[in-house]
Amino acid sequence: MKEIDARRLLCPMPVIRLQEAACQMPPGEEIKMICTDPGVMSDIPAWCKVHGHRVVQAEETHGEYHLVVRLQ
Amino acid sequence: MKKQPKAVSLISGGLDSMLATKLILDQGVHVEGINFFTGFCVEGHTHAIRQKDKDKKKRNNALWVAEQLGIKLHIIDVVEPYKEVLINPKHGYGAHLNPCLDCKVFMVRQAYEWIHKHDFDFIITGEVVGQRPMSQRKQIMPVVARESGAETLLVRPLSAKNLPVTKPEAEGWIDREKLHGISGRTRKPQIALAQQYGIDDFAQPAGGCCFLTDRSYSKKLGDLWGHRGHKDYELDDIMLLKVGRHLRPKANFKMIIGREEGENNFMEGYKREFTHMKTVSHAGPLALVDGTLEAGDAQLAARILARFSQGKEEKRVDVVLHHKDTAAEGKVISVEPMREQDVSKDWYV
Ligand code: SF4
Repeated sequence: MKEIDARRLLCPMPVIRLQEAACQMPPGEEIKMICTDPGVMSDIPAWCKVHGHRVVQAEETHGEYHLVVRLQ
Repeated sequence: MKKQPKAVSLISGGLDSMLATKLILDQGVHVEGINFFTGFCVEGHTHAIRQKDKDKKKRNNALWVAEQLGIKLHIIDVVEPYKEVLINPKHGYGAHLNPCLDCKVFMVRQAYEWIHKHDFDFIITGEVVGQRPMSQRKQIMPVVARESGAETLLVRPLSAKNLPVTKPEAEGWIDREKLHGISGRTRKPQIALAQQYGIDDFAQPAGGCCFLTDRSYSKKLGDLWGHRGHKDYELDDIMLLKVGRHLRPKANFKMIIGREEGENNFMEGYKREFTHMKTVSHAGPLALVDGTLEAGDAQLAARILARFSQGKEEKRVDVVLHHKDTAAEGKVISVEPMREQDVSKDWYV
């Protein structure tokens, strides 16, 4: 699983990082995003929805937001 | 054209680009959205930073629009190429530091390059003739089409009937009769169209789509440029203009003082790049120092910072100062907080 450290990045930068990685990777692969901007909890699922990808995990731990996206 | 035509739509997150896209989608065109991140976009940033805004809805409006329309949205990072647009706008600035006409030309040019790369046929924008004082006047709309290189591949569905026929109309990829002829500053036709489509809850940005139309933000940017002696900037510079109080007590340095916990937390992330200070004897905000402190400046800055701490009415407040580029422990300075009346209004940027 590819991991992207998007700490300190404000939306929409985490989404842009995810998008850049997603277009280099085949369907079925997973990307883990580690973020600090709470906006990712709505932006990443919204971006996944319009591109047909799936958020398989989304949780807040110690002020960080961890999301795992499975590419479709 | 036998195959389904494909268009890319510039989605700002506002109503106009949403309606323009809908009009084209309804004609059976495959549409994908494109949204540019210049670093100045109003989207969410300060909401994400400020504690008091924590409960506000934090949606990205462009993504919301894409979701509502059921189209893909590509968010493109144009922070680097946008610098040239902002630093040297051929057509100048608007009321503040907003280079709207150059900005539109730039975005349509980016979209034009995008359609070539992705084998799309044309471009849609939500522009309306005569709506905005600068870039959307009728005589200026052809400038965007021409200077971006998009020429007749640029369709403005909301105002199409007021503009020359474009290639997608001439070729029959879309029906001009189903496009609109809206013009002027009134929002009534757009609101009526939104109602017709059952769209409510759309974002209505006050002023414009970016911070550059904001007077206070532009003033801070102008101050930054003026004191640095050049207009170059990094993403961090322009992000920091969105947070804290900015005070310039002397030409050689500026203080950015957090206004609340959310801002202090955000500014914590910049401690490595900036000389910074914080009150230690009393609770108080974090301050980043942009510029260089000359003899006596550390005392001055510490006194100002103490004024914004809980110890502002005390005789002495201890402030710890960390110089950037030094890993050493910070230096504690004990100061008398500056009196309220001595914090000059002119220092506020
Ligand atoms: S308001 Fe900002 S983003 Fe919108 S056209 Fe003007 S400069 Fe560009």
